[in-house]
Amino acid sequence: MKQHRKTFVAWLQAAPMMLVFALFFLLPLLFVTVVSAWDYNEYEMIPAFSLRGYSDTFEGCIAELPSLCTILKTYLNTLKLCLLTWALTLLIGFTVAYFLAFHVRSKTWQIVLTLLCTIPFWTSNVIRMIAWIPLLGRNGLVNRGLEGVGLIRQPLEWLLFSEFSVVLALVHLFTFFMVVPIFNSMIRIDKRLIEASYDAGATGWQTLLNVIIPLAKPGIVIGSIFVITIVMGDFVTIGVMGGQQIASAGKIIEARLNALQFPAAAANAVILLGVTILIISALTRVVDIRKEL
Amino acid sequence: MTTTAALELVQLTKKYGGVTAVDAINLKIPAGSYCCLLGPSGCGKTSTLRMVAGHESVTSGDILVGPKNVTDLPPADRSTAMMFQSYALFPHLSVIDNVGFALKMKGVAKTARHAEARKLLDLVDMQAYAARLPGQLSGGQQQRVALARALITSPQILLLDEPLSALDPFLRLRMRAELKKLQRELGMTFIHVTHGQDEAMALADIVVLMNGGRIEQQGSPREIFNHPRTEFTARFIGGHNVVAVGAETFAVRVDRLALKTPSETVTGPSTAGTISEVEYQGTYVRVVIAIDGGSEISAQITETQFDTASYAVGERVLATWDPAQASLLTTTGSAIVRSPEKAA
Repeated sequence: MKQHRKTFVAWLQAAPMMLVFALFFLLPLLFVTVVSAWDYNEYEMIPAFSLRGYSDTFEGCIAELPSLCTILKTYLNTLKLCLLTWALTLLIGFTVAYFLAFHVRSKTWQIVLTLLCTIPFWTSNVIRMIAWIPLLGRNGLVNRGLEGVGLIRQPLEWLLFSEFSVVLALVHLFTFFMVVPIFNSMIRIDKRLIEASYDAGATGWQTLLNVIIPLAKPGIVIGSIFVITIVMGDFVTIGVMGGQQIASAGKIIEARLNALQFPAAAANAVILLGVTILIISALTRVVDIRKEL
Repeated sequence: MTTTAALELVQLTKKYGGVTAVDAINLKIPAGSYCCLLGPSGCGKTSTLRMVAGHESVTSGDILVGPKNVTDLPPADRSTAMMFQSYALFPHLSVIDNVGFALKMKGVAKTARHAEARKLLDLVDMQAYAARLPGQLSGGQQQRVALARALITSPQILLLDEPLSALDPFLRLRMRAELKKLQRELGMTFIHVTHGQDEAMALADIVVLMNGGRIEQQGSPREIFNHPRTEFTARFIGGHNVVAVGAETFAVRVDRLALKTPSETVTGPSTAGTISEVEYQGTYVRVVIAIDGGSEISAQITETQFDTASYAVGERVLATWDPAQASLLTTTGSAIVRSPEKAA
């Protein structure tokens, strides 16, 4: 009797979160999956089972072999942007977190500097992106400066509305999502472990590779999940910084939505979800996050 | 692997900003001896050990390991190894990889370093746990692994930072005995930092009692216990009463006080008071006497003595002692005194 009561109370305590989760996450996901298997024509969706959304998406993929079809090219391109952004945010995020955790001695300064990292988040996403335009544009500060110094005669075209500017903006936007979890992992590393490593004759690099990186792994994986999921689904940054010229997985969904082809958009969303889940499960195979938390 | 070295500290000083943690100490510890750096927290004993290990920079002075001046060498080049407080085992590495870590850093191949690590695990009786992670071990087992890890570089001096403080009292006594046995077998110089005087008394060949960044007194445990030179030493080491006779202060062991009734004639020095507490302790009886004038002293008498006299609270007594058994104390400015009650 008492046991029953206990489990009931536990369920009751978990209920609000479960309700929010079911209502705003599971249910929409279910709708999207259902809609992705509906039929559609030029102006409406038809609630009848059809895999047209999927077959349209992969149109020509077999016929055009060995050259790649649009969807595969788009996904490869998105993966490339994602990989570049991930590598750069990891490198910068790890370095910043390392500096904060091991070089800044006082707790106050650690807090102050971490808060400083959040300053870019005080303005909106779009403003932070647009701010790059006067800097990188044809007549922007960078081009003017380089011309002034005499390094270039013609403005560099690849600075803005290019993959370069997309990756730059993505790295600028999302490095902080790497810094925080890695810093959090690092701050929990017992400083005596590092002394023990030096005591055993390890050099700075050896300590980094054999002690710090393995122990910061949960933070690295969590930060990676943040960055990868955001970049894989992103279409705003890629759109604005790519001058609407660069295709991405998110962009396909947006285009389909604008064309009111909801089943096709939903099918693409399901595919994107599948790809992202694959990447994340591969990452979590490297580190068992639940064990490390 | 049993080559060992003496340790010498010359005018060793450590300052943190304006605070002097270690104040120009000089110390010589012969090779192969077990030395305990003893003192209350903040006395500079840990700073001293960390400077010897190379984890703390030296403000001034020198550290010599054998004939070699190691003051400015990195930790691994000093022929010392440190066993850290709460052990600092690498949580992501198995026991055998923890022990073999130093060899891995030197680039020794896996099979060779595992073979060497197994030998040391054998020494500390932990070979059955080679594949475990530190988190799966008990405190005592972790300590043995930490010991094996420290010994794998064949150090000449082993530095132990409060090695027993993380253990429960029962295990502490057992590991204490094992440490002493291991030190005897290896014949290696051990420098052990502790704040427990019982630990120091049980283990050390040389006790170095520190206070306020200076060495208060050093010597064998018996020398220190029987001839404390300062009030601080007498109180910290425990088992003593500090009694003032005229202008001089003496330390008298609690078990060397004799109690007399006021009517008895007393030849030696004595002090009068009222019994304020009687505690039966099994092997002895502790009688606390409130001296006329404020302070309290305690006497430790045998059960037989207690039975014949049957002291009761409120009774007037004379506490007396043999002047040859008392130590004259030099008054120092060291007033930080801990309760001596723990001593037996």
